[in-house]
Amino acid sequence: MCLGIPGEVVGILPDQPDLARVDVSGVRRVINVGLLAEDPPVPGEWVLIHVGFALSKIDEAEAAAALEFLEGIGQAYADELAALAESRIE
Amino acid sequence: MRFVDEFRSADKAHALAARITELCEPGRQYKFMEVCGGHTHTIYKHGLEDYLPEAITLVHGPGCPVCVIPMGRVDDAIHLASQPDTIMTSFGDMMRVPGSQGSFFDAKASGTDIRMVYSPLDSLKIARQHPDKRVVFMAIGFETTTPSTAMTVLRAKAEGLANFSVFCNHVTIVPAIKAILDSPDLRLDGFIGPGHVSTVIGCRPYEFIAASYGKPVVVAGFEPLDILQSIYLLMLQISEGRSEVENQYTRVVPYDGNLAALTAINQVMELRPYFEWRGLGFITHSAMRMRSEFASFDAEVLFDVPGVRVADPKACQCGEVLKGVLKPWECKVFGTACTPETPIGTCMVSPEGACAAYYNYGRMNRHRVVEVELSQP
Amino acid sequence: MTGQGTNWVDEALREHEEHAATEHPATEQPATAARRRGRPVTQAEREQQVLDRIEAARRRRPRIREERITMSHGAGGKASRTLIEAMFLDAFRNPLLAPLEDAAELRINGSRLYLSAGFVLEEGFAVADLSRIVASMTAAAAVAGVQIVTGDTKVVERGKADGCYINTAGVGVIEHDLTLGVATAQPGDAVIVSGPVGDHGVTIMLARGELDIEADLSSDTAPLNGMIASLLAATSGVRAMRDATRGGVATILNEVATSAGVGVVVEEDQIPVRTVVRGAAELLGIDPMYVASEGRLVAIVDAAETGPALAALHAHPLGEQAAVIGHITGDQPGIVLLKTAFGGTRIVDLLVGDPLPRIC
Repeated sequence: MCLGIPGEVVGILPDQPDLARVDVSGVRRVINVGLLAEDPPVPGEWVLIHVGFALSKIDEAEAAAALEFLEGIGQAYADELAALAESRIE
Repeated sequence: MRFVDEFRSADKAHALAARITELCEPGRQYKFMEVCGGHTHTIYKHGLEDYLPEAITLVHGPGCPVCVIPMGRVDDAIHLASQPDTIMTSFGDMMRVPGSQGSFFDAKASGTDIRMVYSPLDSLKIARQHPDKRVVFMAIGFETTTPSTAMTVLRAKAEGLANFSVFCNHVTIVPAIKAILDSPDLRLDGFIGPGHVSTVIGCRPYEFIAASYGKPVVVAGFEPLDILQSIYLLMLQISEGRSEVENQYTRVVPYDGNLAALTAINQVMELRPYFEWRGLGFITHSAMRMRSEFASFDAEVLFDVPGVRVADPKACQCGEVLKGVLKPWECKVFGTACTPETPIGTCMVSPEGACAAYYNYGRMNRHRVVEVELSQP
Repeated sequence: MTGQGTNWVDEALREHEEHAATEHPATEQPATAARRRGRPVTQAEREQQVLDRIEAARRRRPRIREERITMSHGAGGKASRTLIEAMFLDAFRNPLLAPLEDAAELRINGSRLYLSAGFVLEEGFAVADLSRIVASMTAAAAVAGVQIVTGDTKVVERGKADGCYINTAGVGVIEHDLTLGVATAQPGDAVIVSGPVGDHGVTIMLARGELDIEADLSSDTAPLNGMIASLLAATSGVRAMRDATRGGVATILNEVATSAGVGVVVEEDQIPVRTVVRGAAELLGIDPMYVASEGRLVAIVDAAETGPALAALHAHPLGEQAAVIGHITGDQPGIVLLKTAFGGTRIVDLLVGDPLPRIC
């Protein structure tokens, strides 16, 4: 139910717009993008692949936001650790 | 790998773990259930539990669509595959699941034509290549996978393929969650919500959990940082006295789900009145079957399926493990009579089942593990 | 004869003429000499002529005329002999050694390594394909400095085998006085892998058709003896080596843990895996640690000798990416622990069977 892998769309098949070629770290497979017909992916966009179908587009902005949040928490933690270390020296 | 590696980075894990620990009320225990088998897999594969304070326990839920298929249905599938001029196609997950007379692998060794495929579309390809054979696709999975089967059937119909059918064992997640919530012997503090199922059904279907049962839900991604962050968000909700449905996996899950996928499912399939879940018993409106308009693609209509109900062995305590009441090692037969090589029940059958995951990845003395790390040369 | 064109008779006759024309004059028989000298040939001489021609034909270098293997090739008679002489002996015989018949003294490039090659062929298997396989074996043997010295050939009825099976056994000479074996692993030892793992297994999985995945992958098949010789020459600290075939690195680590009664701790982010192998493995849901390689080894080495061991491996083309992936410990004997890239810990157990692609 769960194995979904991000892949980059590298091309739409010319005679079959429902099918796209995706690349996952150099591995290529033709998948069906029919479930994204309302907003079809174009080369360069990333999709979530599950059993040969694209279930969703990967929202790069949201991914960046998620990473930023994690970064922020990480930084705050690092700052605290630093503060702690400093206070120990004193 | 983009969108994967960034969410596996260890340095941010410590910060999240610290935050999570800070939010723990002294003396209080927290129990969160991750519903999805894929989440169970991630938790064990990356050793996530090492980051959690002792106060937090993760309970592994019934979200393994392979585990919940009753033995009788496996027998039915093998019966179908054994018909003359028939090719059964299946995902790898199903190959070792034992029915009462053995698994797909055993049947294959006896000469039955069962082939592993990555996608239901590959079954169509086999059907086109073998017009003289009947090709059956063993369809399993929660709502993540159901749209793919539906789209494949629609494609088969469009091409006028006459030798392709589906043996439909798709199940739905909400009834399983509800069965857990209604179970009297379980007290959970929140749910790590299904990730990829939610790309299809969205987050709305879980609102009743927060509203009627008062349990927070965070829909989570599948990388270890996703799950850690989701646990953090659950702890935050609890500490702030909230119970809501939150979406941590926003990069992939739209709150409203995927309309095209839901439409395809609805076009091709309908809910069965009830379906037997291994370990959980009969649950109403919890599984899909092909609509009568698609009878020519329904293996249960085209073939004579025995439909014999096979009860689980008496020693099996899977029901309790699935509901999170028992931990794998608390089951009487865990690790002795019931092992990954000789699985008795559903939790051991699929590598994602709670017992298999624990046996394969987690069965160590964690106290000793810390000693090992400290004693490294 | 199977698979022949309809003018095989003309071809055979023509070939015979050509051979006769090039036959060495020293072997000229009296009847031919008589003919040359112009006097009439007697009955006895004519008969002798025919016998001589037959002898000459039988002495000629054997040639396989069929396009497909038949049951005759396995019967042990002339067809078998022709197959063995023309297909196998011809290819595996090292021309430099033709004069040397005593196999016990054969040395190639300073090494003494022998292989036997047993073939089981299905009736109908294409001879051209067999030639290709044999040529490939010859080339590989040359690279490895190994002599294929003996073998056996069987032909089974159509449908009783899948084309061609080759079974090999190797015999060599131990030229050092180390006691190697996984049971000798000791706490503190380093665990080294000679290069990126999983190429072979993933290549095969993708090649088997039904997964419909393309990748720029090929098997990492390679002979290890050269690299191993360098390694053993560089240090006496090697405890054991195993090639990471069926079951992958994970299986070998378990073999070490069980045989030696030790724990093995490895670090996930130290295990070299090529990007494309990782991509395919993620897509299929399999773990590269369990996937076969055909040109990689795992070595257990005395920790103090890690430096020289790695240097020796890095100096060899097959070992350029050799890396220390973990160490042996006295704790939790029999258990293989993995420290994940994420920082957690998990067990690496043996799988029941081959790793299977999953969707969940």
